[in-house]
Amino acid sequence: MSEHTDCHDYCAMISEFIDGELSSELCTKLEEHLAGCTNCTVVLNTMKKTIDIYHESNEPAELPEGVKKRLYSSLSLADYIRK
Amino acid sequence: MDKSKVTPPDISVDKLVKGDRDEIARFVETYSARVYRLGMKILNNEQDAEDILQETFLKAIRGLPTFEGRSSLSTWLYRIATNEALMLLRKRHPETISIDAPTEDDDEDNEALEIVDWSHQPESELLEKETRQKIDSAASQLPLGLREVFMLREMEGLSVKETAEVLDVSESVVKTRLLRARMKLRRELTRYFVEKQKKEVADE
Repeated sequence: MSEHTDCHDYCAMISEFIDGELSSELCTKLEEHLAGCTNCTVVLNTMKKTIDIYHESNEPAELPEGVKKRLYSSLSLADYIRK
Repeated sequence: MDKSKVTPPDISVDKLVKGDRDEIARFVETYSARVYRLGMKILNNEQDAEDILQETFLKAIRGLPTFEGRSSLSTWLYRIATNEALMLLRKRHPETISIDAPTEDDDEDNEALEIVDWSHQPESELLEKETRQKIDSAASQLPLGLREVFMLREMEGLSVKETAEVLDVSESVVKTRLLRARMKLRRELTRYFVEKQKKEVADE
């Protein structure tokens, strides 16, 4: 197996690694690989940041007034809007 | 802290099933904004999102007597919502549908990994408005199968198991799609930062 293929295999584990869902055996293998591989470490760091940036940019769930009004009307709950 | 992860108030399924209007109103109040946001993120269209919002709650309220409590109320509701979204896409925008995750061939993950470490930039730069818009737009353009998984996990904060339940796929499918979605967004941001840096150098 070429080194390139290895890195792709390891990169495929990074997402689960970030979520803490990788088995301990694979975790150890990946950590050993990361210690000696700058490229995979960059993929790990930038993927973590990507997820952080998405979470930070995630807008709160809001229902526009008109949408809410029409929803409650369609459910015959219009009398609850002002409560 | 992501507001979507705050535990919702306990809603009594018994009361809902009995048709208690106060409880139904509480149910709608608790989940409607999140169902609407999910619809917006999956459908990228305000009218479509509103339509599936209404359909989802109509079907949910009608279907409450058949709710068996095997999954949580929110998981069950998201399941109705994602099914509604899919049906609406099939009907109105059949050209945009590629339900199956894209094949390996058309995925660039197998190409160069684009190794540029931009992660050490100051937070102020990483979180500036343009960057956030970039990632939001890239997320909205993910293929449908990846987009659904990404939004349920990263936006709604569902677990892998819950996401799998909502979409009726295996947990390994969720994990694979999540990896691909994250990889795609990471690559988009890498390209964005590389371009930005080039431009800054050129401007100097």
